[in-house]
Amino acid sequence: MELQPLLFLVFALGAVISAVSTVTRKNPVSSAMSLVAHFFMLAGLYLTLEAQFVAAVQVLVYAGAIMVLVVFVIMLLNLGNEQALTENRGLRSTLATLIGAVFAVQIILVTVAEPTGANALPSRAVEIGTTESIGQSLFTQYLFPFEAISLLLLAALIGSVVLAKRHMK
Amino acid sequence: MLPTTIPLDWYLILSAVLFVTGVVGVLTRRNAIIIFMSIELMLNAVNLSLVAFSAYSGDIGGQMFVFFIMSVAAAEAAVGLAIVLSLFRNKQTIYVDDVNVMKW
Repeated sequence: MELQPLLFLVFALGAVISAVSTVTRKNPVSSAMSLVAHFFMLAGLYLTLEAQFVAAVQVLVYAGAIMVLVVFVIMLLNLGNEQALTENRGLRSTLATLIGAVFAVQIILVTVAEPTGANALPSRAVEIGTTESIGQSLFTQYLFPFEAISLLLLAALIGSVVLAKRHMK
Repeated sequence: MLPTTIPLDWYLILSAVLFVTGVVGVLTRRNAIIIFMSIELMLNAVNLSLVAFSAYSGDIGGQMFVFFIMSVAAAEAAVGLAIVLSLFRNKQTIYVDDVNVMKW
């Protein structure tokens, strides 16, 4: 019995359950905690794909940085009373869920009808997921997008400061 | 009985299911922060299929894309949450139904 398919099933189940719980929880804080669990499950899935660097960055950037930001904003907004947390669910939710289900069934049907034929990881997969190989192509082939993304981050930094500051009269 | 190796299609189906969960979240929830988290769910579903394609084809391109998508998601998180904050400061609500000034 191979360990890898078993690990995939465990992480996949965990990812689906935590994703559904993110979407269905009433309280934004429980949603955020489910999303953290989801990010950890995805990091596990990346490890089953031999992508160690992406798995580490997933935990550091998503579970570490982005979720701290989200929880911080939830705390800052202080939405206190439970009464205000309820949303009315009516025809729109049922319709949206129905559309989502149809969409999912469509994608799954297409994937099942036309299998990709790739049944096992190639041996090269272990080499390409390492920090060394990622760094190598990041600073050679992908140097321009790498520099461009630093500009984007600077723009986002300035933009969020401008948006969030109190306007002086 | 489980196969000894994982076919690529399993990852694609899982990614599709996670993406649709995010779509349903955006469509059903009215809380801006939870809508924001559902968008993160969708981005991560796409990341999963990119990493899967990258690993199975032995090409590093997919993992580079994931790296850049993560940077864009971080920028999006910063700007999006700043918008939610200033929305709350101006209208005392983060429910998107209450924000209909620009609705025709």
